[in-house]
Amino acid sequence: MSVSAAPPPRASRASRGSFFERLSQSRNGLGLLFMLPAAVFLLCFLTYPLGLGAWLGFTDTMIGRPGIFVGLENYEYLFRDRVFWLSVFNTLFYTAIASILKFALGLWLAIILNENLPFKTFFRAVILLPWVVPTVLSALAFWWIYDSQFSIISWVLMQLGFIDAPINFLGDPWNARFSVIAANVWRGIPFVAISLLAGLQTIPASLHEAAALDGATSWQRFRRITLPLLTPIIAVVMTFSVLFTFTDFQLIYVLTKGGPVNATHLMATLSFQRGIPGGALGEGAAIAVAMVPFLLAAILFSFFGLQRRKWQQGGND
Amino acid sequence: MASVDFVDVRKSFGAHAVIKGVNVHIDDGEFVILVGPSGCGKSTLLRMLAGLEHISGGEIRIGERAVNDVPPKDRDIAMVFQNYALYPHMSVADNMAFSLTLKGASKSEIETKVKPAAEILGLSHLLDRYPRQLSGGQRQRVAMGRAIVRDPQVFLFDEPLSNLDAKLRVSMRTEIKNLHQRLTTTTVYVTHDQIEAMTMADKIVVMQDGRIEQIGAPLELYDRPNNLFVAGFIGSPAMNMLHGRLDPADPQRFVTGDGIALPLAPGHRGTPGTDLVYGARPEAIHLGGAIPMEVIVIEPTGFESQVLGRIGASNVTCVFRERLSVKPGERIDVSIDPAAVHLFDAGTGVRL
Ligand SMILES: Nc1ncnc2c1ncn2[C@@H]1O[C@H](COP(=O)(O)OP(=O)(O)O)[C@@H](O)[C@H]1O
Ligand SMILES: [Mg+2]
Repeated sequence: MSVSAAPPPRASRASRGSFFERLSQSRNGLGLLFMLPAAVFLLCFLTYPLGLGAWLGFTDTMIGRPGIFVGLENYEYLFRDRVFWLSVFNTLFYTAIASILKFALGLWLAIILNENLPFKTFFRAVILLPWVVPTVLSALAFWWIYDSQFSIISWVLMQLGFIDAPINFLGDPWNARFSVIAANVWRGIPFVAISLLAGLQTIPASLHEAAALDGATSWQRFRRITLPLLTPIIAVVMTFSVLFTFTDFQLIYVLTKGGPVNATHLMATLSFQRGIPGGALGEGAAIAVAMVPFLLAAILFSFFGLQRRKWQQGGND
Repeated sequence: MASVDFVDVRKSFGAHAVIKGVNVHIDDGEFVILVGPSGCGKSTLLRMLAGLEHISGGEIRIGERAVNDVPPKDRDIAMVFQNYALYPHMSVADNMAFSLTLKGASKSEIETKVKPAAEILGLSHLLDRYPRQLSGGQRQRVAMGRAIVRDPQVFLFDEPLSNLDAKLRVSMRTEIKNLHQRLTTTTVYVTHDQIEAMTMADKIVVMQDGRIEQIGAPLELYDRPNNLFVAGFIGSPAMNMLHGRLDPADPQRFVTGDGIALPLAPGHRGTPGTDLVYGARPEAIHLGGAIPMEVIVIEPTGFESQVLGRIGASNVTCVFRERLSVKPGERIDVSIDPAAVHLFDAGTGVRL
């Protein structure tokens, strides 16, 4: 007993000193300490809102009225809601068509920009413009381009004598769908093109030269050298592109607000529509949560697409 | 296989002239090395032959065919790049078979061509590996294998050994030369390393600043360099060069700027009164004689000793077979074999 009681104040000071000492020597301790700020940040601004959204989806919360837990009622309701299923279709259609177009056009642009053309740097800068202009601003520009009376496209086509009356871009369901897709593609191409251009530039010119000497035509060089070497970057870029497109909101909100007759409502815009102006926070949240499985699928797809290919692995065996 | 001709070939990048009129004839089956300091245009010349650079002027012929406007894929040429340019996403076998695959060759046909090539190069056990899993020397071999499988008219090499360590470089040198003797395909090889050029070539083309300085067999260049540049470039350690004039009193002697008299062979072509350069290779200087030399550094290599000394105010490198017992700072007397002396005009650099 005397032994255990013996080292009174000195020991506590020593143990405190050694705590910091031990911490400063501990890899894991220091690692945790340094990660703490980022973890707090993520918890506050990412996990909490996400968790709150998920929770709201299980309640009947209205704006100005705290709700109670209702289980899967919101989801059961949505399951029978034709407008919800229409928005799912719209979102998938919008994402699929826009992503394919962005990929094809972006790759094409990247390849052109990778050639030795005059004013290369100028074009590379210009190409970024649609990306740096705020979405709302470009959406407003498209709003004018698609105006039912003053559309410049209709005007040009009428001047050329192709059509007699202005095209009703945003008034007809299918016209509206393709119009918003066109606007999204216009905005999204720079990201794809510039990223793929960066990827193209990592492919050494000597590989193309070697292939040319081996007898490859330019199509064979693209097909057998460029494309396989670009796949890892294509996987990353297209995952991001799909995620951005799937969750698009601003463009639709400014251009069509989901109309006409919900033909362009995406899940994101419908969620906002039901939740904020409509006041049904719980239902809006449920729609947002319903996007998660789709996004997870996209991420998983890219995860497997991104797995290091055999030829990328180093080592000797 | 084919001969290759460069006829007054020129190349400019914009206003910057890089190749300024090159004429070379390469015989069928010859091993020719383009050598010169970095930036003299060797790679550019090779790439023009391969079709990777546009030809600004003159004509390049492979066999009897002018190829100026023939795209690379139709020139029937194989090239080994400095960085090997192996396709990283293909196995060794696929790399070697790539040209055949493009032509739509059958599996058995590919096998009958890839297998022997892999055997020659000792790659048989590596055929399933990817380039990343190979060492530098193995990659180099794969690049050569890819060229061999093609069985082309001409082999091109652009500094293929410069990424290898010194020991491997020496053994690959022998191997490439051996390979050429076996396949007897016309070969054009670029290097900045004169030892590589001396040891491997049938014929060396020495280039400087986009022009050809001299063409000849290795020992021809060594024994009779046309000008100061070739004299200084070929040979290691480099030729000693002493500036001076003929002795006005005795034109059979050369006098350096600081008054040291050096012997000349009878019938030399020096003209009295002009500035000359007296060139003597390190092995033309012998121990014992009438020329005093101060020893600065001695580097024994076992078989011989390389000595850096000073004759008058000029530094001189000599190679002696004898073992020396002198110390740095001491003086020895040396002689120079007059028959092995080269005289150059100091103004034009041309051999006299
Ligand atoms: N694509 C190019 N554009 C402009 N200048 C070039 C280009 N390629 C080579 N050069 C120039 O041409 C000269 C010769 O280059 P190169 O043939 O690569 O030299 P070497 O292979 O003898 O070292 C150098 O001065 C180099 O800067
Ligand atoms: Mg070079």
